[in-house]
Amino acid sequence: MRAAVIALLAMLALAPSALAVQPKASFNDVEDEVMCDTCNVPLNIADSDRAEQERQVIRKLIAQGLTKDQIKDRLKAQYGPAILATPQDSGFSLAVWWVPVAVVVALLALIAALLPRWRNRPPPDGGDDGDDPGPGRELSASDARRLEQDLARYDV
Amino acid sequence: MSLLVYGVVARRDDTSLDSAVKKGQLPAAPGSSVSLPTLDGSARQSLAALRGKVVVLNFWASWCPPCQDEAPVLERAQRKLASSGGTVLGVTYKDDAGASRDFMRQHKLSYPSLRDDRLDLAPKYGTTKLPETFVLDRRGRVVALSRGEVSQDFLTHAIDRAQSI
Repeated sequence: MRAAVIALLAMLALAPSALAVQPKASFNDVEDEVMCDTCNVPLNIADSDRAEQERQVIRKLIAQGLTKDQIKDRLKAQYGPAILATPQDSGFSLAVWWVPVAVVVALLALIAALLPRWRNRPPPDGGDDGDDPGPGRELSASDARRLEQDLARYDV
Repeated sequence: MSLLVYGVVARRDDTSLDSAVKKGQLPAAPGSSVSLPTLDGSARQSLAALRGKVVVLNFWASWCPPCQDEAPVLERAQRKLASSGGTVLGVTYKDDAGASRDFMRQHKLSYPSLRDDRLDLAPKYGTTKLPETFVLDRRGRVVALSRGEVSQDFLTHAIDRAQSI
């Protein structure tokens, strides 16, 4: 009888923890993906009364056992897409996605246009004064003769 | 660079309503047909439904300290208006509904409040900061506005003017 009472008491003591909702999201994981909607900065770096209120709402939703996506969906449904720190998938915010792509495409197009011209550029013509024949070009007969004479002077 | 300029320009406060009221033009209240849910979500209401009444439209939030300070002033205005068929109409701005309801209870506010969670109404009034108050006459025109904590003096004069038009 005594053992049965102890077992019953033990079950009652454990019951609240067994019934408690297990959190499925971490607060920090959600906080940095939500905006403070009055400060226009992510919630994890916001310091205002409204930010604190949003944190309380998130903690409440976590305590209800909602996952991160469910919490974000709940906030988005109530306050609109601007509540999320990730760029919106419509309107002007789309610029966040298409501007970098457009810049890369423009750079590739520029390279594609300029590269053939750069590779087909004429070789250097030897400078303004014409004295330097440049690499791979034959000396004229007079230049070769002058070179031979100059070198001869340094023969030891 | 052009995107940056656009972003800055797009974020500028809309003051067209202010200048119209300042010139005494009595502009039509924006967003009259916008229907917003009540704080408990049980019904919806729009400004159009209040046509024929003097309305003190007040944007507020429970997290806004000046909103707490002005709450008694608005409640006094509600008592004054109620006797003549008018009303204060609160509209919450970026506020948790539960916290809004607690605020109403805590300050014993008897006037109705609607939720503008998705900002369907506030931007039409150029409201980006709290609190802000707009006094509308019986024909739904903006007679006076106060950006910031509303004063007893402002409300008394604005309501008298709205009732006299």
